[in-house]
Amino acid sequence: MEHKIKIEVRNLSFYYGQKQVLKKINLDILEKRVTAIIGPSGCGKTTLIRMFNRMNDLIPIGRLEGTILLDKKDINDPRTDVVEIRRRVGMVFQKPNPFPKSIFDNVSYGLEVNGIKDRRKKEEIVIKSLMKAAIWEEVKDRLNESALGLSGGQQQRLCIARCLAVAPEVLLFDEPCASLDPISTQKIEELIIELKKDYTIVIVTHNMQQAARVSDYTAFLYLGELVEFGETERLFTTPKNKMTEAYLTGKFG
Amino acid sequence: MQKNRKQQLGFFLLFLCILTTIFFLGLILYFIIVRGFGVLSFEFFTQVPKRSMTAGGIAPAIVGTFYLTLGAMIFAIPLGVACAIYLSEYSPKSIIINIIRISINNLAGVPSVVFGLFGLAVFVKYFGFGVSILSGSLTLGIMVLPGIISATQEALLAVPQSYREASLALGATLWETIRKVVLPSALPGILTGIILSIGRVAGETAPIMFTAATFYTRRYPNSIFSEVMALPYHIYALMTEGVHPEAQTKIAYGCALILLILVLSMSTLAIILRQRQRSYTYYGT
Repeated sequence: MEHKIKIEVRNLSFYYGQKQVLKKINLDILEKRVTAIIGPSGCGKTTLIRMFNRMNDLIPIGRLEGTILLDKKDINDPRTDVVEIRRRVGMVFQKPNPFPKSIFDNVSYGLEVNGIKDRRKKEEIVIKSLMKAAIWEEVKDRLNESALGLSGGQQQRLCIARCLAVAPEVLLFDEPCASLDPISTQKIEELIIELKKDYTIVIVTHNMQQAARVSDYTAFLYLGELVEFGETERLFTTPKNKMTEAYLTGKFG
Repeated sequence: MQKNRKQQLGFFLLFLCILTTIFFLGLILYFIIVRGFGVLSFEFFTQVPKRSMTAGGIAPAIVGTFYLTLGAMIFAIPLGVACAIYLSEYSPKSIIINIIRISINNLAGVPSVVFGLFGLAVFVKYFGFGVSILSGSLTLGIMVLPGIISATQEALLAVPQSYREASLALGATLWETIRKVVLPSALPGILTGIILSIGRVAGETAPIMFTAATFYTRRYPNSIFSEVMALPYHIYALMTEGVHPEAQTKIAYGCALILLILVLSMSTLAIILRQRQRSYTYYGT
């Protein structure tokens, strides 16, 4: 089955002030596939994934070169509406970050800011999103309770539901299991595999087994450079680059 | 053992300090209550001062303090909160903004009598508001503005960055993020700052001395351009003017007690709110 390219990264460089953290990255993210970005701490993988929904706009000293195309359109073009980009490209963060609101309000928040006011419609989408995020059964009787009372793993799935509610096309996961226990991690991983039927997924992880389990493609980043990119199975079994091989076999990282 | 000794000595000294503080606090409360309680009565709250301030009540002063505080807050809360939101959420990091920040902090350290003189020069004379509730409220408002700004800024700063990121990542604008996520989370902290400011405004004498307060009036204010009596200034008047110090002193302590109750209940409210904020923020973690 052919998958079309959803995100094209072309000669992308990023600087924090004088320091260059991404160096001429070229990468194609395929639609409805899971692409994992792996690499040792500080290699720029979080910076890279945060380029895709322009979260790095928030860094005053950040500067970028090169282009990122979403469906062939430059997301950093001055005419592009950043709010629209962020709606289309959802993000799940490293630490679960539900709002200090009720479970229901957490998911309906994105609907409200995107102009869906009708109560019935909101309810319908909230329930559907919670189901898709595989957390409905656990929260259906306590929708009006504070989201902060949920466990870490439940909070993270709630954050995924919150993302799904605004009907994004791409989902970005920035080390989504970094603060979770193995069972919660497994649930999130199963969810990611389930979600790729409908969404284009990019996941940053420092856990190589996780990349191997959930992703179709893997990009290995080292010191801001894209060292190797390819199908996960191929990259993990026969890495072309010596550095990739060294990293995968645990020689550094 | 040497180390344990040192620790015990350290804790003992700290305990001594807290004991001293409580001692003086208790002493103040004791004297004010003992001396002021006797004059409290229904008339004390409802009557105007009579027989050259030796009898009757202090109703006009209570009303005056109420209006002055209300006026100051109407002016200072929206302005202060708005400034703080701009400074901590919107403003670009620049030298000018830093200078503004430092200026606001310095403003907080200006003695209140200086604000009084400023109010006299600007509101009473230059704008021609006269000695009035309006002039006094504006002066008091400007005096507490830095406090409200810095309290609000701190409350905003305490809102985790992750809430902002989560909201923005869902396609909310910065404005929506501030209005629907950041402000509600910061509200208890902001309220705490506001309530402490109310206590301060109600108790200040110097800023209203030249701008709003009068020694004595039988009339209640009928517009924002009326001059009024105020509790702290009434205490000052009772203790420095008049010809019957014995009778006046009692009433002064009565006034002080009421002022104290007013300010303490404000602070208590602030503490309760802060407590509620804590249980909210740290819930489940």
